[in-house]
Order: sequence, then structure tokens, then C-alpha cells
Amino acid sequence: MESLSLFIRSIFIDNMIFSAFLGMCSYLAVSKTVKTSVGLGAAVIFVLLITVPVNYLLQTRILNEGALSWLGEGFEKVDLSFLSFILFIAVIAAIVQLVEMIVEKFAPALYGQLGIFLPLIAVNCAIMGASLFMQQRIELDPSDTKAITGIGSAIVYALGSGIGWFLAIVLMAAIREKISYSHVPAPLKGVGIAFIVCGLMAIAFMSFMGIKL
Amino acid sequence: MAQTKKSELLTNPINLNNPITVQVLGICSALAVTVKLEPAIVMAISVTVVTALANLIISLIRNTIPSRIRIIVQLVVVSFLVILVDQVLKAFMYDLDKALSVYVGLIITNCIVMGRLEAFALGNKPFPALLDGIGSGAGYGVILIVVAFIREFFGSGTLFDHQILPDSIYIENGGFYSNCGFMLNPPMALILIGIVIWIQRAKVKELQEK
Repeated sequence: MESLSLFIRSIFIDNMIFSAFLGMCSYLAVSKTVKTSVGLGAAVIFVLLITVPVNYLLQTRILNEGALSWLGEGFEKVDLSFLSFILFIAVIAAIVQLVEMIVEKFAPALYGQLGIFLPLIAVNCAIMGASLFMQQRIELDPSDTKAITGIGSAIVYALGSGIGWFLAIVLMAAIREKISYSHVPAPLKGVGIAFIVCGLMAIAFMSFMGIKL
Repeated sequence: MAQTKKSELLTNPINLNNPITVQVLGICSALAVTVKLEPAIVMAISVTVVTALANLIISLIRNTIPSRIRIIVQLVVVSFLVILVDQVLKAFMYDLDKALSVYVGLIITNCIVMGRLEAFALGNKPFPALLDGIGSGAGYGVILIVVAFIREFFGSGTLFDHQILPDSIYIENGGFYSNCGFMLNPPMALILIGIVIWIQRAKVKELQEK
């Protein structure tokens, strides 16, 4: 039940795009057609599902204060959490590279669709952001619906945020496809109207805030 | 490189080549930290420092980086700088660091930093690269400060947490005015940046998209 609540929350209420603004750059650059945005959305879900659990294990087994106590005496007080940025980004870059090679080898058709997006994802803030939010949520009280208590909820959180991002970019692409047929004032064309549409969509998503599960 | 060009490196990103409104880079953090003026300014300074120093370092070692692994080299340099910034913020401005939460860490994946490294630092001498970094950071900062000013002033009636509007004009005290609480919500940041883009492109015609 708790994981269902976390799942729904991370799709709608704590939506990556509309409440945390993560991954906006690629979101605005790629959301011009529905087809490519489905590709990028799928790649984001895929990479999130791998990187967030891996970074969760890193954070809890290696970086946290006292996490290294299994190494023996003298390690109980070691706190490496200041290294988390560099480790997280290294893990993300390495995994993206690995995923790219594996997909190219075993699923060439999928590679053709995702190909150009996969390397971009290494520097997509949504991926790094999910890991950093995960790091914050480990410290929360377990009774909080946002808390991540174990590897299971880390996976649920990654899946939920990924689906939320996917949903946001596909909806946006659909709207932008329609907008290209209408008369937008010249200075607003392109990015300007995209920002305003995105803001209006975010207002719509705010209506999910009252939901309690 | 001529002297005029060097000054253009500093001033171009502020208007004609603004990272946020023209290149559409680094928006994630621009939206999230603009509820209040103070975190916005700290964020703008942090991004400027990181962009300038990363540009300088990458430009110094640009001839020794094999192009196949340049992304990972850039990420290492940038994350090193961001860790420094984060530790400094934690040490001297702990409350602000909490307010900025994950967005300090996200400077690593801020597209402005990576974008300037890829587009400029890899092919230019250290000093122009440093200027370019400072210019891009300033261009980013200008938009951040404009949006944060509007959001804080209309959203809570304060600037830098000091109340600006007199108490007597508020409805509770018999006046006519009340704060627009909606300004504090995330969607308004998006709409405000959209409006900033609108105004800028109405003034500078060559930036308009066809």
C-alpha cells in the first residue's frame, strides 16, 4: 500500500517536470513530435530504473556515516557523503554507456529509435535529480509517504518518476504538434509558447495535490 | 583575438545570446530557485563560479583530452567544482544550502556548464574561455534575478525577506491589497519565463522563430 502511494505520488504530485522542473532542457528541445518524445521518455524510464537503485545501494552501503562498519573496526565513523555528487554522476555516465552498448548489440531496432537520445541522458538533470531526491528521502521519517525505506521503494520511486516524465513529455509533444497549426504571435513562437503551455499544464497537475492515498 | 571581441564575450550572453531565453539551457534550476531573491542570487553566483572555473580548467587541458572520453573528463572537473561550492555553502550559509536542496548538486548536469565547455572551452584559449564562462553565468543570473524579483515581490510582498509594502494597504488591515500567493507556486515560474522571452523577442526581432 505504501509503495502504491509512493508510486502515484511520484507520477502525479511530485512530477519531475511540473513540480521539480527536472530535465527541462531536453524536455523543451525534444518535445516537437510525439514519436521522438516517446523514444526519449522510454529511454529516461529505462535509465532511471537502473541508476536510482544502484545509487541507493551506493548511498546506504558505502557513503552514509557508519555504512562502512562492515570493513572492521575504525570504519564506524567514516562519512563519505560529500563524495556523493561525483560518485552518482560517474555511475550514471558509466551505466548510460553500458546500456548504450548492450542495446546496440542485442536490440538494434530499439537502438535505432533511442540511439541519439541515450548519450544525451547522461547529462539529463532528471536522472541526476532523481538520485539526489532519493538521497534526501532516505533521511526522512519512514512514516512519511515520501520516504524511501528500502531498495524496493527506490525502484518504485524510479519507475514512478520515469513514468511521470514520460507522461509529461508525450502530452507536451501532442500539444505542440497542434500548436504548429495555429496563429501564435511572432515573438512567442517556439520556446515562448512552449513555456506558457508547460506552465498551464503544471497548473492542471496541481489539482492532483489534494489526493491522499 | 581583438579587444572588442573580448568584451563581446562578456556582454553577448546577457542579451543576444542569453543562455536561458535564447539557447534554452539550464532551465531546470532557473525555475526552481526563483521563489525568493536571496537563493536566486546565491544560485546565480554559484553557477557563474562553476562555469567560469570549469571553462578555464578545461581550456587549459584541452589539448591533452582525448575526444572519446571528453564528456567524462568534463563531468569530473565540473563535479569537483560543484562539491567545493556545496561544501562552502554548507559551511557558511547552511540555511540557504538547505533551501537550494538538490539544485546545488544539479549544477553538475546544468546544461549551461556542459554546453559552454563543449561549444567554447574545447576550442579556445584559457582567458577568453574564462570570460565566456563569466558572461554565460551573468546572463543566467540576470534572468534568475528578474524572475525571482517578480515572484518574491508579488508573491509575498517582500524583497530579501524584508517587507516592502506597508501593512496598511493589506485587506486584513482595512486596505485593498493582498499578495498573489499563486506567484509562489511552480507553474508561475514557467509562465514568467515565457513572458520574459516574449518581451525580449518582441524587442529583438532577429531572435524570433519562424
